[in-house]
Amino acid sequence: MVDMRGISVEFPGVKALSEVDFRLFPGEVHALMGENGAGKSTLIKALTGVYRTSAGTIRLNGRPVAFTGPGQAQQAGVSTVYQEVNLCSNLTVAENILLGREPRRFGAIDGRATRAAAAKLLDRIGLDIDPASQLGSHPIAVQQLVAIARALAVQARVLVLDEPTSSLDSDEVAELFRILRVLREEGVAILFVSHFIDQVYEIADRMTVLRNGRLVGEHLTRELDRLDLVSAMLGRELSTLEEVQRRTSHHAPGTEPVLQARGLGRAGAIAPFDLDIHAGEVVGLAGLLGSGRTELARLLFGADRPDTGTLTIGGKPARARGPRSMISHGVAFCSEDRKGEGVIADLSVRDNLVLAMQAARGWARPVPRRLAEDLVAEYIEKLDIRPADPGAVIGNLSGGNQQKVLLARWLVTRPRLLILDEPTRGIDVGAKAQIQKVVADLAAEGMAVVFISAELEEVVRVSDRVVVLRDRRKVAELAGHDVSVSDVMSAIAAQSGPVAAVAS
Amino acid sequence: MKRAQILWPLAALAGLLVLNIIVTPSFLSLRIQDGHLFGSTIDILRNGAPTMLIAVGMTLVIATRGIDLSVGAVAAIAGAIACTWIADGGNAVTAMIMALGVCVLLGLWNGFLVSVLGIQPIIATLVLMTAGRGVAMLLTEGQIITINDSLYSKIGAGFVVLPVAILISLAVLGGVALLTRRTALGMLIESVGVNPEASRLAGVRSRTIIWTVYVFAALCAGVAGLMISSNVNAADANSAGLWIEMDAILAVVIGGTSLAGGRYSLAGTLVGALVIQTLTTTVYTIGVPTNVTLVFKAVVVIAVCLLQSPRTAGFVRERRRRKQPSVSVPRPQKVGVR
Ligand SMILES: Nc1ncnc2c1ncn2[C@@H]1O[C@H](COP(=O)(O)OP(=O)(O)OP(=O)(O)O)[C@@H](O)[C@H]1O
Ligand SMILES: [Mg+2]
Repeated sequence: MVDMRGISVEFPGVKALSEVDFRLFPGEVHALMGENGAGKSTLIKALTGVYRTSAGTIRLNGRPVAFTGPGQAQQAGVSTVYQEVNLCSNLTVAENILLGREPRRFGAIDGRATRAAAAKLLDRIGLDIDPASQLGSHPIAVQQLVAIARALAVQARVLVLDEPTSSLDSDEVAELFRILRVLREEGVAILFVSHFIDQVYEIADRMTVLRNGRLVGEHLTRELDRLDLVSAMLGRELSTLEEVQRRTSHHAPGTEPVLQARGLGRAGAIAPFDLDIHAGEVVGLAGLLGSGRTELARLLFGADRPDTGTLTIGGKPARARGPRSMISHGVAFCSEDRKGEGVIADLSVRDNLVLAMQAARGWARPVPRRLAEDLVAEYIEKLDIRPADPGAVIGNLSGGNQQKVLLARWLVTRPRLLILDEPTRGIDVGAKAQIQKVVADLAAEGMAVVFISAELEEVVRVSDRVVVLRDRRKVAELAGHDVSVSDVMSAIAAQSGPVAAVAS
Repeated sequence: MKRAQILWPLAALAGLLVLNIIVTPSFLSLRIQDGHLFGSTIDILRNGAPTMLIAVGMTLVIATRGIDLSVGAVAAIAGAIACTWIADGGNAVTAMIMALGVCVLLGLWNGFLVSVLGIQPIIATLVLMTAGRGVAMLLTEGQIITINDSLYSKIGAGFVVLPVAILISLAVLGGVALLTRRTALGMLIESVGVNPEASRLAGVRSRTIIWTVYVFAALCAGVAGLMISSNVNAADANSAGLWIEMDAILAVVIGGTSLAGGRYSLAGTLVGALVIQTLTTTVYTIGVPTNVTLVFKAVVVIAVCLLQSPRTAGFVRERRRRKQPSVSVPRPQKVGVR
């Protein structure tokens, strides 16, 4: 159905793709695999006309096409969910889903019909939210689902999903896959990008592997095992990819906690909770979509103001007066919404990386050029940021590489408490292990870490203690070495009211 | 990329100068009289000084994603205060200090509306744009106040080889460039302009920064207002600094700073202000009928903006590629709302 041949895409100074072939057949789910910056998103954007190709031909149903914009591609039956959610956060959910295709009455947009149609589409992907609510008021995972609903709203023959599952929980992923299977039966050609190898093996029929903008190979999923896939992606054996070992907690019981929250809460966001975090401890937050993980983290950082409760940091009461005062207390927060709350898209990697440090120093004391260069070089090396060019505009980096820069932005400030909201979102397998290792090392050096991830395995692996949230309320705390994913799952699913089940 | 952006305004400036030389061959000639330089180009510099100064303040405001429509009114207020004080027998230095003090207050007001109350900059400054002229009228009681003070007239009409006014404007421009680029201020201003929420979460004092740029813009407008009234030894609440906000915004935009905020270029603003002023002068020298001057100005401005736009650049490249097939750089488009 889609046949791309010899595709090259160049940006000033970089060759993002060179002579890549890609085929997509009707009735298949085709996974596009590769490391961060391999060129997956670029290939998709070349197909939908966001980027212009400098060589190669694209055929859709046998006819050569050259879209000059994503709108054209959509009209030709190619429906796309891009990696970075690009919807209008100031419009309602319903308006976003049907933007440009609103049902009309007497020439004017019919609000009621729009909401009804949107409600039906939301229902189809199993998302229970008010279609009339503002999109921006929802967490990034919900926005991602809305973008998917929008893509499903058109009866497309080709559906392109660039990392649709990066911030979804297993339930939503299962729901999405159910829909994809139905579409596959109907003969829709589906292009799917994900860094979750398990998901790829669950849904994909075939896969194409890219590395450094070049085609490595096209394989049937059942003919390529996981190890071979990973080494094809990385271009080296898997030996370097060791798993992070579970650590034992280093804090001696009875020591003063770094952070102490008592009855902290905010109406509509999270019910009042108590939480202690000690130095050298990694506390994981687990819960389903909408359980209040991000909301809790934002309260700890002062990104939102609490209505009730007190916060003590390092033994001193901290009146949460916004991020700036919390940063001065040694708290750092890396948001899950990298486009909206993370990157400063027009500035360089260097400026983005030192931003938090610079802000803390004040404008009059610029970070010395030498220090900045050293730090940037150190983290480009440590986190394998590509391209390794401190002057590159961050908006041009691939999604995963942007995420690494944001992580580095906080690491260089050496906080006492580091709150990471989905730090490995959109990060490839190799770098993910690397980041988990960095987190473990920091904790070993005495930093307290709060770790949020939709991927329960990851939370369990890196955390000393898992705080479980349900329906915007803290329901359990699981501590000890033998906490397993299923323990966390059952704590999440437990129906009875708030019980503090402490296993150890 | 930045260099290419400043190329078009420079070309426009050169084009305008050539046009002037063709029409008036003596255009470039300079005379020295009493140790002062005289000539058409010097006039352009002198008359363009207020616009340039206001454009410097405007550049920083625009870099934070804002806009300040009230600068013309603030300039009128500054002139009115200084002139009424001098006309009442006051001292010129006190007059200027008072005028600039009031401008700082006006800037604080604008900044308060934008940064604390979160009102859209265009609306927030519109308040002062309309009310400000009324205030100036009240101060001058609707009269044109003429004064005769040798010290005061130096600011707008004085010379130290070059006109004092342009020396002030250039000094401010250079000072701001040094201050923002040698410290981290420029980077923080840009970061607030590109992504205010991300900046806030990174601990940037966005509120203070935004507040400060409005105060600075008002201060620039105040000095410009002093220049304007000093140049004619009079305060005219009605016409002093009228439409100057538009010229300043145009200068900034022509200079390549995007109205969407973020990266700014003070060098670009300098060139932009010169283009605007040369254009104004050219309109007179080549004898464009007064009823079409604004249209003529608009045409030139549109041309420069079109040439700068990445979309047009891509279009032109595409045309060329079709004519002679060769390798070309693809044009990354912004993904719009689908
Ligand atoms: N607009 C652009 N300008 C310059 N370089 C770009 C641009 N867009 C992408 N690149 C470069 O092209 C390469 C491929 O990027 P791409 O976004 O396709 O990676 P990806 O495979 O999607 O990675 P990820 O898994 O991190 O999303 C990267 O090196 C990136 O820096
Ligand atoms: Mg990508």
